[in-house]
Amino acid sequence: MDHAPCTQASTAPPPPRDAPADAARREFLGTAFKVSGGAVVMLAGLEAGAISETHHAPPPGGDAYNWEEHRWAYVIDTSKCIGCGSCVRACKQENDVPDGFVRTWVERYIVGPGGSYVDSPKGGLEGFPPVPTSFTPTKAFFVPKMCNHCKETPCVQVCPVGASYRTKDGVVMVDGSSCIGCGYCVQACPYGSRFLNPATHTAEKCTWCYHRITKGLKPACVEVCPTSTRAFGNMLREDDPVRQTIDHERVSILQGHLLTQPQCFYLHLDMEVR
Amino acid sequence: MPEITGYAFPNDIHVHWSLMIVMYPYITGFVAGAFIVSALFHVFGREEFRPVARLAMATSFCFMAVATLPLNLHLGHAERSWLVMVTPNLSSAMAGFGMLYSGYLLILALEVWFVWRQEIIRYARQSRGWKRTFYAALALGTYDSSPEAVAVDHRAATILAAIGLPGACMLHGYVGFIFGAIKANPWWSTPLMPVIFLLSAAVSGIALLTILYQVVAKLNRRVIEGRTVAALARWLWFFLILTITLELLEIVMLAYEKSESWHIISQLLTTRLEFSFITMQMVVGGLIPLILLGIVVLMDKYLHDRIRNTLCIASSILLLIQVFSMRWNIVIGGQLLSKSMRGLRSTYSPEVFGREGVLMAMVLMVLPFVLLWLFNRVLPIFGDDTPEAEAHHHRAPPGTEVPT
Repeated sequence: MDHAPCTQASTAPPPPRDAPADAARREFLGTAFKVSGGAVVMLAGLEAGAISETHHAPPPGGDAYNWEEHRWAYVIDTSKCIGCGSCVRACKQENDVPDGFVRTWVERYIVGPGGSYVDSPKGGLEGFPPVPTSFTPTKAFFVPKMCNHCKETPCVQVCPVGASYRTKDGVVMVDGSSCIGCGYCVQACPYGSRFLNPATHTAEKCTWCYHRITKGLKPACVEVCPTSTRAFGNMLREDDPVRQTIDHERVSILQGHLLTQPQCFYLHLDMEVR
Repeated sequence: MPEITGYAFPNDIHVHWSLMIVMYPYITGFVAGAFIVSALFHVFGREEFRPVARLAMATSFCFMAVATLPLNLHLGHAERSWLVMVTPNLSSAMAGFGMLYSGYLLILALEVWFVWRQEIIRYARQSRGWKRTFYAALALGTYDSSPEAVAVDHRAATILAAIGLPGACMLHGYVGFIFGAIKANPWWSTPLMPVIFLLSAAVSGIALLTILYQVVAKLNRRVIEGRTVAALARWLWFFLILTITLELLEIVMLAYEKSESWHIISQLLTTRLEFSFITMQMVVGGLIPLILLGIVVLMDKYLHDRIRNTLCIASSILLLIQVFSMRWNIVIGGQLLSKSMRGLRSTYSPEVFGREGVLMAMVLMVLPFVLLWLFNRVLPIFGDDTPEAEAHHHRAPPGTEVPT
């Protein structure tokens, strides 16, 4: 079932359609106020009132955003990741992720014929210190992970009150105002991408920075990635690079046997990765 | 911070489903198990269960009354729990709880009313003042105690028990379904889960009644009916055999298939759950009662009443521990293994105080017995002046047991 997105997405007020014009007008009024020493206070008040009346209850993402025109997807090229942890830090800052939990994280794999070693200290928040292994490694690589925004998502299926939902543009979200904090979705997610926020006592997860993507921006993790490991795009646009990659390259998904239809696709995924 | 062996997903190191979620199936298990005992008399006409039939129903009712408490204590936003009833997401297994719980509670309340109706009428007629008003309200305006009305009561109780039995099975099977239908967790995800939950509910309910019946009879200086205890032991043994078989089959299947998850589950069972699974669930709570009850069932005629009753009490106590261990191993065990299938977190120790702590769990276990005591004050469970009771209960001098 599709819902209007709320909570995390709606925390930042979306810009109205004519945002640049409004911003210019506000800027002008602000300057005029300073310059005239308050002579235009009355005028400014009237103007502001008029503006807010014409833009009450904007749709999610603002007037300019039409979710019918988007179906988001994410591509991660594991061969490019250097494990810098910028994405984890950007996500934490952008979404105010509580300590001890992650919305996105990076895993380090050290593999050899004699064994394998996997870790993700603090989700990769502070990078990866060197580790000694008991075997001789022959390859090592990093794998960024996050919510897979599955089409057949178990978390939405099990939510008893419908607080977890999938938007029309393909983003799995949580409505914090109706979440009862039962934790069933946390148990049902095969990827470990959900958690109960210890402050709000509600379920939380990656939203692909819905508050950003509906303004035409990229998710914070994609924005800061220095190696273009992470790419985000619209599957409804034929010339979108992400769609091109998914359509023409050999892509993998995580835990395909569970048939959750993830919308995060991976390039160069090793068999060690689950 | 918990210690991690291997690699766990960063969000997988928290045990979100706490001791309260262990208590929830434990308590609903008693509801279903006790109801099965009362149904053995009311529906299947097993006369040997007559002395425990009313106790079983009252026990089921009192445990049902507290069944939602552990859930509400666990919820992050208990004040929104009503949303499960008002705006349920129908694809969610958990959303069915509101309907199943309310439906079953209604059946149980109606059945209690029909079974105790004659007493309610008598108290409403005999008492004075507020007590009279109270019982008059309970009588719901019908004072018909003619033999025809009594026959109707019996018929209604039988029909309700016949509806209630699948209701009780569904209520508890559903609890197993909550876990069994989580494909993300290989320790939970098996179609055997609802069946195992249901059978262990029968075990816990019968074990509890085996103890409760003898304790209550002792306290009231009543005869402990030998054939009733023997019958309880037989059914307990039967359900125990089924439960242990299925619990083992689940593990053996995983091991024999060498399934992907066996690698981590075998580590879980032999390290984190070594005590609670192997020692408590399988040996102390499984094998030992299996042998003790086997002795009771197979050698009943050679056993003195006192020995048989003691063996039954001992087995039942061990079985109550076994079923609790099973709930613990499922609920907590399932959260100790990471969905990365590469790591285990250290054992979870519940807090002592606090909303989801050990003290609260103890309160939850005591509360149904307080309710049972209250129930007995309002509607005497062993109504010794009812014709039914007179025919089947004989007063015995304190401290003696009369063989039947």
